[in-house]
Amino acid sequence: MMYHKEKSIQIKSSASALYNNLSVLRIAPRNLTYFSVVHANMVNMVSASWDGLNYSHRQLQSKEPNVTTSSSLIMQAAWCVLPYREILVLTSQKGIQMYESDGSIMVYWHALDTPETPTAQAVFARGIAAVRDKYICVGISSGSVLVFDVPSKGSNITLSEVLEEHKESITDMASECSGSLECIADLVSADDSGNLSVWKSGEDFQLLNKIPGFDMSCSSVKLWKGTVVAGYGTGQIRLYEAITGIIHAEINAHARWIYSLDIAPFSGLVRSAFTCSLPFQIVHMYNECVTDTQICGAKFCDGDGYAFAVTGYDLSEIIRYTQA
Amino acid sequence: MSMTTLPLVFINLGGEMLYILDQRLRAQKTAEDNTQKGIWSEDDRKRVMNDIIATMFNKAFMEELLKPQDVYSHRALRTVLTRLAHASIMRLNQASMDRLYELMVMAFKYQLLLCPRPRDLLLISYNHIDAIREFVRNTPSVLNQVDETHRKIIEVYTPLSDGELQLLRQTLLIFLQDMHVRVSFFLKDKVQNPNGRFVLSTTGPVPHGTEVPGLIRVFSRSGREIKRLEFPTEGNYTSSIRVGSFELFGDRVIRFGTNMYSATPPEETHTSKNYSQKTNSEPNPLAKEELNLLARLMGRMEILNQNNDSEIGFRVSLFSTEQEEKDIVASGRSGDPSFEVINIQATQDTQVNKELARIAGEFTKEVEEPEPPDGPSNKGEDLLTMMDELV
Repeated sequence: MMYHKEKSIQIKSSASALYNNLSVLRIAPRNLTYFSVVHANMVNMVSASWDGLNYSHRQLQSKEPNVTTSSSLIMQAAWCVLPYREILVLTSQKGIQMYESDGSIMVYWHALDTPETPTAQAVFARGIAAVRDKYICVGISSGSVLVFDVPSKGSNITLSEVLEEHKESITDMASECSGSLECIADLVSADDSGNLSVWKSGEDFQLLNKIPGFDMSCSSVKLWKGTVVAGYGTGQIRLYEAITGIIHAEINAHARWIYSLDIAPFSGLVRSAFTCSLPFQIVHMYNECVTDTQICGAKFCDGDGYAFAVTGYDLSEIIRYTQA
Repeated sequence: MSMTTLPLVFINLGGEMLYILDQRLRAQKTAEDNTQKGIWSEDDRKRVMNDIIATMFNKAFMEELLKPQDVYSHRALRTVLTRLAHASIMRLNQASMDRLYELMVMAFKYQLLLCPRPRDLLLISYNHIDAIREFVRNTPSVLNQVDETHRKIIEVYTPLSDGELQLLRQTLLIFLQDMHVRVSFFLKDKVQNPNGRFVLSTTGPVPHGTEVPGLIRVFSRSGREIKRLEFPTEGNYTSSIRVGSFELFGDRVIRFGTNMYSATPPEETHTSKNYSQKTNSEPNPLAKEELNLLARLMGRMEILNQNNDSEIGFRVSLFSTEQEEKDIVASGRSGDPSFEVINIQATQDTQVNKELARIAGEFTKEVEEPEPPDGPSNKGEDLLTMMDELV
């Protein structure tokens, strides 16, 4: 399998060195793909037409509504796809903001508890996942996971539960992305110790399993057909059976800290870039090196993995590849 | 983002500043007769280094830095670093300070980017401290300050997890984002490209704790390894080398943060901005808050020279060639308002004046506490003088 580089998409400002710093939303009915990349206290959004002819840009800041203080640094921006709507979620040092998918209207704001006098423990929200029909889950620096109940339309979003399982800062979260309703596990959360928690969603979320880390941060995680795919600061990727925690495979994938990984849900392609199927066959498919760039975001642009995009620290472009 | 970046920012940037000053002062004409202004002797150079290091590693100054807080803006940081440089008899012109800041910042960015693991940022900091220790090895009181500070840094940063250190590194990378000043020394060594971006190598040893890429291991349900597969990678990596020492003394192993100017001819520290260089000219909405922070921080800095107001000090132009001076004038940067803005705000903003007076009052109360053996004798007066200068 070979990919070739396409024309990059220029963005208004460069990508910051943050985990999972690229989100992609494919809007098939309008032949558009949205991309979002975080730059310090701002999110660069680009809407790209599939014919490559039209691009439009928008920038969002993480300002608290009705407050005149300066905006805070954004940790992550990601689209959450629910059955009846798509929400753009921004997480920052101050709180969590939710927008309609084109970034035009803010529909919800949740402020984090920040101490009056700063403490050595950083305060921020990080890790975003849409779960099943109506939940958006967001992690925070204390280790808690906030579960928001999202109606099919409107701004009546409510905080329905706080999951207190992790003791270290949440790094990433992922929901089951294969579309299979047979999978019991709906959500996996990861933290700075590499600990993984596997959850079943519902009125009360249920902890199904805890997979211990090895004192190394798990910076990026995905859940596909009941398998957790986790990327670590050591450059390793590990695959676990979510419900049991049994390790299927371990890949010495990179020489540096992994910042992002993604799965193409229809094909099982893992951007880093491996394919996996059941029973486990892991086949290395493709390598690419982006010269002199610290990659901070990697995402497939479609469900089959035909195209993917990456962002790099200090780069003001989204680099794209498609299958040859 | 991380609230504990400032001590490492000052140690690393301050360390780079000292390397450059040391190199530049050695390059100035020297004469045995040091009574002529503008002519530097070996003693003058050592005095400058001692004075700056004594101020930088002053206990109260470090305590202020160690308080949890956001990283400063570039404007605020440059102001404090200028003040540090002027804690000695040396006076730098604006062009020199601009160049110095660019060099310091680009060197630190290079170290941050190429740092193999986030934890190695501590080793880079300790390399700077080790070199600073050498500068003051003949001045026991200052040497003691450096050792005490180093102990404090070890105590604060050693317990941080790799994830927390990565957050710290990410915070600093955001701070240094979009800076692509070309440094002739880096360009010549091919660690920086002509577009100002640093070269990220894909060869060499992997970081400590990482395996060489290229292996897949598959396990049975009972945990037994049942298959091994190798795959080709883009890089050419070797096993990790031994880890450096995180103690007060020891071999740090990694070279980032050591004095790369000691063997460098002075003309190789020329800098030039890329055409797309982003200038820090945006109004800073946190200006008032930063001014207060600055007031507290500079209030902690000792003025070792009691007659600072009357003694003009030795003016030095670190980098200027005649052409550079012409370039600066031609580009209109001599009228750069960024250094003047804070002072103007201080004189026109009565609310800030009141805040500064309140802070000055707090410092006066603190002076009544017993002073450490190596503290200055007139700290309160010096602090108030400094506050007056700000107002």
